[in-house]
Amino acid sequence: MAYTLNVNGKALSADVDGDTPLLWTLRDALGIVGPKFGCGVAACGACTVHVDGQPMRSCQIPTDSVGAAKITTIGGMAAHPVGKKVQAAWMELDVAQCGYCQPGQIMSATALLASTPKPTDAQIDAAMAGNLCRCATYTRIRAAIKRASGQKEA
Amino acid sequence: MTYQPSAQTFGASRREILASVTAAGLTLSFAVAPKAAAEDAGAKALNAYVRIAPDGVVTIMAKNPEIGQGIKTSLPMMIAEELDVDWKNVRIEQADNDPKTFGRQFAGGSMATPLHWDELRRVGAVARLMLINAAAQAWNCQPGECATTPGNVVHKASGKSRSYGSLALACADVATPDPKSVTLKDPKAYRIVGKPTPQYDVAKIVSGQPLFGIDVKRPGMLYATFAKAPVFGAKVAGADLDAAKAVKGVRKAFVVDGDPNGLAPPGALGTGLLPGVAVVADSWWAARKGRDKAAIRWADHPTAQQSSKGFAARAKDLAAAAPQKTTRNDGDVDAALKGAAKTVEAAYAYPFLAHAPLEPMNCTAEFKDGKLEIWAPTQNPEPGRQLCARTLGIKPEDITVHMTRCGGGFGRRLGNDYMVEAAWIAREAGAPVKLLWSREDDIQHGFYRPGGFHFFKGGVDAAGNLVAWRDHFVTYGDDKGAASSAGMAPTEFPSRFVPNYRQDVSFMALGMPTGPMRAPGSNALAWAHQSFIDELAHAAGADPLAFQLKLLGDKPTVGEAPAIYNAARMKGVLQAAGEMSGWAARGKLPKGQGLGIACYYSHLGYFAEVCHVAVSPAGEIAVKKMWVAADVGRQIVNPLGAMNQVQGATIEGLSHALYQQVTLADGHVEQSNFTDYPLIRIDKAPPVEVKFVITDYPPTGLGEPALPPALPALTNAIFAATGKRVRELPIRPETLKA
Repeated sequence: MAYTLNVNGKALSADVDGDTPLLWTLRDALGIVGPKFGCGVAACGACTVHVDGQPMRSCQIPTDSVGAAKITTIGGMAAHPVGKKVQAAWMELDVAQCGYCQPGQIMSATALLASTPKPTDAQIDAAMAGNLCRCATYTRIRAAIKRASGQKEA
Repeated sequence: MTYQPSAQTFGASRREILASVTAAGLTLSFAVAPKAAAEDAGAKALNAYVRIAPDGVVTIMAKNPEIGQGIKTSLPMMIAEELDVDWKNVRIEQADNDPKTFGRQFAGGSMATPLHWDELRRVGAVARLMLINAAAQAWNCQPGECATTPGNVVHKASGKSRSYGSLALACADVATPDPKSVTLKDPKAYRIVGKPTPQYDVAKIVSGQPLFGIDVKRPGMLYATFAKAPVFGAKVAGADLDAAKAVKGVRKAFVVDGDPNGLAPPGALGTGLLPGVAVVADSWWAARKGRDKAAIRWADHPTAQQSSKGFAARAKDLAAAAPQKTTRNDGDVDAALKGAAKTVEAAYAYPFLAHAPLEPMNCTAEFKDGKLEIWAPTQNPEPGRQLCARTLGIKPEDITVHMTRCGGGFGRRLGNDYMVEAAWIAREAGAPVKLLWSREDDIQHGFYRPGGFHFFKGGVDAAGNLVAWRDHFVTYGDDKGAASSAGMAPTEFPSRFVPNYRQDVSFMALGMPTGPMRAPGSNALAWAHQSFIDELAHAAGADPLAFQLKLLGDKPTVGEAPAIYNAARMKGVLQAAGEMSGWAARGKLPKGQGLGIACYYSHLGYFAEVCHVAVSPAGEIAVKKMWVAADVGRQIVNPLGAMNQVQGATIEGLSHALYQQVTLADGHVEQSNFTDYPLIRIDKAPPVEVKFVITDYPPTGLGEPALPPALPALTNAIFAATGKRVRELPIRPETLKA
């Protein structure tokens, strides 16, 4: 059936089964491919989106449970006051290697900084440990979060 | 049944490397031939790699697959440097698979930098010289009177200047200079090479734009899943295809018999088309639901009995018996062991590993009018094209392969099983199809870094010299030799540095595909060998660093190319790692902490690493820091990318040691996702300090060589911290309890 979702501030309509995970509704039905598929079991964080500002694994959210919640994807970060700073830091430090996990990393980092503007290393670990980077760019992820928060990087 | 893939050992075989060099040399003249590249929007192609538009924007082709190693940026940097343009005016385009124009296009063996360093600078220099010649013709002067500033040709005496954009069209009337005769820049004048340069795609990556294979969309495209047997190569005994088709959105469900050579396709790495059940639907989610309903039954298979436990027991038995083969025998090991002041005997074991790149295997294929078009995240497109051609019975020239960015490679995408699956399913479906594997498909249907077993004996004399070394290596293979990536060269260090050295090998038949994974061979051999060397250092009562330096001897090099080992370069990085890490002061560390050192030569790079670890009384491991000293020659092409590769590979090595293993039971892989095949996460990843030791050798690659020494550096540090020697991977913290 058709569901109307609020994605990055726009009302978008998708004709999918209600049990379809939000990840696949975004990717295959709506063509929003920033959220990535990595595991399907909320173990890698590549599909992270914000649901009413909270970082969530979109592979675990049935489309029929979304309702009127505001979904923000990596595509919405340029218009997000914290997100755009995070993206800028990610670019300046050239964090990525393959880049596949990075939209999810940026979504988690943005949510962290939105609630904790100057996170400690332990807070960074706690907020980011759900996001795998198979290329292990963790050194730069940490540095970019520090930079985006205006803290010393090492 | 023994699974025996091709003898090709990607990344480890020097024969392969030399063949690639030759192929690259032959294609260079073609690559610089005029009009080889597509021209658009008034841009003039100077050769296959370089187009220049009237506004001065330079488009450079990226020939190789991008898997996160940064090659899409670093190879064009070489061209742009010698072309003499501003990097901000460069646009990079990913080339399709086109070996006639670009030679071999692959991501493997850390070979792109050594293979292209000379060639691609010449491609840029040829284009620059053509622009100079075009300006000289226009000005009616000698080319020698002209020079370039970025993007412009200038007449030195008069100061007259013409932009590249205004000269490009005139290059059609200029002969192509011989690439071998062009003069290359003095490295002191470099403006691009050696400068920290962000990846070309960085803005697209951080904004989540479509880049990867999984992001490909074609008009009318359907989505597919492909279920294969848990036991490698087993056939479909039955399936409820009607139940699959009853799922809303499912268009087709069918059995694929597979290629009889599917487990070991000739000339290809990994597997080919294996038996399975394909489900094609309007969405991937529907295809997945259909697959779940198909209730597939698998036929019996002769390898259904094999298990990791069984192999470990068999390895022990083989080690107790006479070896099947002796691959090196220097001096008299038995006599030397008898005469040694101290001897050590130890058995090391490491498991199979899965590559698990974060973007699951996928491929989009479209079969129309007998022609096949493919969009694939592949590290190795041409063998994929050949595999598709053979399996589908069509001509290779009727197949086009577009390379997408790869969400990680690590060797997994050197095999093209998912490509041939997509091609087959698309033809059967009669529509463009995107095949996407689940993570479970990926972990359970890879080709694997082979596990292995080393039964060592070593001896040191009273002066602390390593005088005897014996390894009985029990690995996978058969009378034809080792399985893919399961072999060991007779030149494996410390052979040639120990007067009495014997390398014995015994094989176990394996019904599971194996193949290259980042730093193939080395990623396991370094751990076993560098750990045992550390054991012998401690047996000798020596400082492990001093023991390593002494072992490397007094000769600068040992052996002949291509198996040359540069002991002087290795000593250089060992000393650097010692200095960086404060090795000499390690005795001052608190109880439960320690430093470990290891070094390894692979992929033409010399690396030494020191690990600082803390082990709690409960056995919990905290890696506090890694120091890496790296010698990859005289020029770091892109320091920003280089640092990232070294840090990432080092942390990946820690992940192997701490967490990763694939085990077999009842013939199938027991793990299935990141829940039971864990990878290192940010909270366990230490800072990694890197120093590039610059030596006057040609620049070499960085995708792999930082990985191997990380594992033994960690386990040697654990020994320093706890007195407990880790001889089996992954590390089990419960064995480290105080």
